[in-house]
Amino acid sequence: MALVKIENVSKIYQMGEVEVKALQNISLSIDKASFVSFVGPSGSGKTTILNLIGCLDKPTAGDVFVAGEHINLLNRKQSAAFRGSVLGFIFQSFNLLPVLTTFENIEYPLVMIKNISQSIRNRAVLKVLKSVGMLEQKDKFPDQLSGGQKQRAAVARALVTQPKLVLADEPTANLDKKSAVNVIQLMRAMRDELGTTFIFSTHDPKIMKEAEVVFTLEDGMLLTEDSRKNNFTF
Amino acid sequence: MNKIFKMAIRNLMRYKRRTLLTSLLITVGILTVILFSGLAGSFKEMMIGQITDSNLAQIQIHKKGYVASIDSMPLNLNLSPKRYKTIENILQDHPDVHAHAPRIKLSAMLSNYSETTNIRLNAVDPEKETMVCPDVTDRMVFKDNVRKKLFVKPGEIIIPKNLAKGMKIKAGSLVVIVAQNKDSSINGLNFTVAAVIESVLGPQGKEGYIHIKDARTLLRMEKPEVTEIAIRIKNFNKLNTVYADLKSSLLKFKNEKGEPIFEIHTWKKLSPFVNIANMIDIMTISMKIIMIAIVLISILNVMIMSVYERIREIGTMIAIGTSPGKIMGLFLSEGFFLGLVSGIAGNVIGVAGIYLLNIFKIRFSFGRVDNLILSPAININELFWLTVIVLLVSVFATLPPAYKASKMEPVDALRHV
Ligand SMILES: Nc1ncnc2c1ncn2[C@@H]1O[C@H](COP(=O)(O)OP(=O)(O)O)[C@@H](O)[C@H]1O
Ligand SMILES: [Mg+2]
Repeated sequence: MALVKIENVSKIYQMGEVEVKALQNISLSIDKASFVSFVGPSGSGKTTILNLIGCLDKPTAGDVFVAGEHINLLNRKQSAAFRGSVLGFIFQSFNLLPVLTTFENIEYPLVMIKNISQSIRNRAVLKVLKSVGMLEQKDKFPDQLSGGQKQRAAVARALVTQPKLVLADEPTANLDKKSAVNVIQLMRAMRDELGTTFIFSTHDPKIMKEAEVVFTLEDGMLLTEDSRKNNFTF
Repeated sequence: MNKIFKMAIRNLMRYKRRTLLTSLLITVGILTVILFSGLAGSFKEMMIGQITDSNLAQIQIHKKGYVASIDSMPLNLNLSPKRYKTIENILQDHPDVHAHAPRIKLSAMLSNYSETTNIRLNAVDPEKETMVCPDVTDRMVFKDNVRKKLFVKPGEIIIPKNLAKGMKIKAGSLVVIVAQNKDSSINGLNFTVAAVIESVLGPQGKEGYIHIKDARTLLRMEKPEVTEIAIRIKNFNKLNTVYADLKSSLLKFKNEKGEPIFEIHTWKKLSPFVNIANMIDIMTISMKIIMIAIVLISILNVMIMSVYERIREIGTMIAIGTSPGKIMGLFLSEGFFLGLVSGIAGNVIGVAGIYLLNIFKIRFSFGRVDNLILSPAININELFWLTVIVLLVSVFATLPPAYKASKMEPVDALRHV
C-alpha cells in the first residue's frame, strides 16, 4: 500500500479579489521507502504540496492520506501529534533552534514531543549523530556550524524519532554545490539504512538527479511522472 | 519541564541588553516599593508611637457619651469607684493588657497672681501613667534634670509651653488653679510648677498635668471618681482584636434603660493623625499599583517583541510537532524567569537599601520632638507577597503573546522572514 496518497487535490489561495491556484487537481501516490523529488520552477506549487503531505496545511479540495491517516480530518492538536510521531522535517534554511546545541537540537523532538527517558534519548541521539557524521560537533551551537553541517544536524533531528516519512522543502537551496550533493546523498544513505521514505523538493537539476522518483510541477499542475530519466532544466 | 526552563533562560540570555534593561526597570520598581513602604511604614509607626506613647495611650475607656462631648471636658460623665473597679477587674484579667491608668480631665483657671487664663488639665497617677504612656516625660523640661516615674507629685503642676511662655511662668514658679466642680462649687489650690511640657497636635496635646489626688481635692469629690481609663496592650499589632475583645466585655454592662454604660475607643478614634496614617497607607498601595503597572507593561512589551522576533522558530517548533501547550509553556517560563530574576534582585537591593538607611540614620522632627530616628523595616511576609505579586503579574503579562505564539499557523510562520 502507498505511504502517501493524494486524490484530486487542489489548493486555492484567496488573495482579496484574486484566486491563486497553487495546486490543480493533483493525484499521485508514493510508495514506502522511496526517494522522491518534486521539481519545478519557483511558484510552481512545490512548497504547497509538501505542506499538504506534511500535515501543515489542508487542501481546498481532494483528499490526502499519509500512513493510512486521512489528514483532512485532523484538528490542530492531532495534526501536531501526527507530525511529531510519523513525520520528520528538513527546512531550506535549516531552522535549528539557536539556543540549543547540536546535541540538544536533535534531542528536542524526543524531549518536547515524545517524552522519552534520558538514557534512551542519549543513545538515540548519539547513534543518529554518528550516522550523519556530526559526533564531533555535538556541543556546538548552530551559529558555530557551516551550512552543510547545519543541514546534517537537521537531517539527524528529522530522523531521531524514527519517522515513516521525511519531508524536505528545498533542503539544498542554501548550500554550496558540494554540500548540497553531500546532504542529498546522506539522505539517501539514511533511506537505505533505515527504510525511511524521503520526499524533497528542488529546482536544481544536479540535485533532482539523485531522486528515484520525480514529480514535475508547473503552475500547480503535475506534468509527468518520470522515474530516473530526467533532463530538465529550469 | 526543566528543558523548557533551560530553553526559556537561554532565550532570555540571547537578548542580554534587553533582558537586563527590563529586569532593571522592574528591579527599580520593586526597590522603590520596598524603600517607600519601609520608610513610610516606619514614619507611620513612629508617628503613632509618638501619639500613643506620649499622651493619648493606645485605648481609652470612658462613661458612654464622654468622647462626643470631649471638648467641654464635662465632669458629670465620670466613672464612679464601683464602675472603675468593674473595669479594672476586666483589664487585670485580660492577658493582652500591659497596663492601665486612671485619669481625671478637667478645665480650670490658671493664675500667676497677675494674669489668669484657661488651662486643660490631665490629672494622673504618675506611676501608672508612665506604664501606659512610657514617653510622657520626653516632652517635659524639668528644673531638676530628668524625672521619670514620679514626674508629678501632689502640689505640683506641669504647664504647657505656650501657656508658660505667655504668662512668663518657669519651672519653680508658684501658681493658683481654680476650678468649678459638677455641683458648680468653686475651689482653688496652690501649685508649684515642676516642669514645662511641649505640646503636640491633637485634642489632648495641650494639656497640663497634675496629680490625680490634687484633682479630687480641687473638685471636692466625695468618692474617688475617674474620667477616663488609659490602656496599653502588650502587642500593638493585636490592637484591633484586644479592642474588640474589651468592647464586647464592656458592652455587657447596661443601665436600667438597657443602654451600655461604658464606651471604648482606640487611638484611631481619638486622634486626627489617623488620617495621616491612612494617607500613608494609600500612598504605599499606590506605589504598589504603579509597580504592578511597570511590571505588566515592561514584561508585556518585551515578550511581544520576543514572540515577533522568533516567528520562524515558533513555526519550526510547531511544524516538527511541538504541542501548543508546550509553546505556551516556553514563553510563560520566559516571562516567569524575567519576573523572578528582577524580583530577587529588587528584594536583595531593597533589603540592602533598608539596611543602609538604618546605618545612616535618618533624623527628623515630628510634633516638636526633634531628632527622631526613622528605622525603616520591612517584614519577610511583605517581601514574600511582593515577590508573589511580581511573579503572577509577569506570567499574566506574558499570557497574550504566549497565546499568540501557540496559535500560530506553522505554514505562515515558516514563510515569515
Ligand atoms: N499563503 C499564500 N497566499 C497566497 N498565495 C500563496 C500562498 N502560498 C503560496 N502561494 C502561491 O501559490 C503558488 C505556489 O507557491 P509555492 O508552493 O510556494 O511554490 P514553490 O514552492 O514551488 O516556489 C505561488 O503562486 C504562490 O505565490
Ligand atoms: Mg517553495
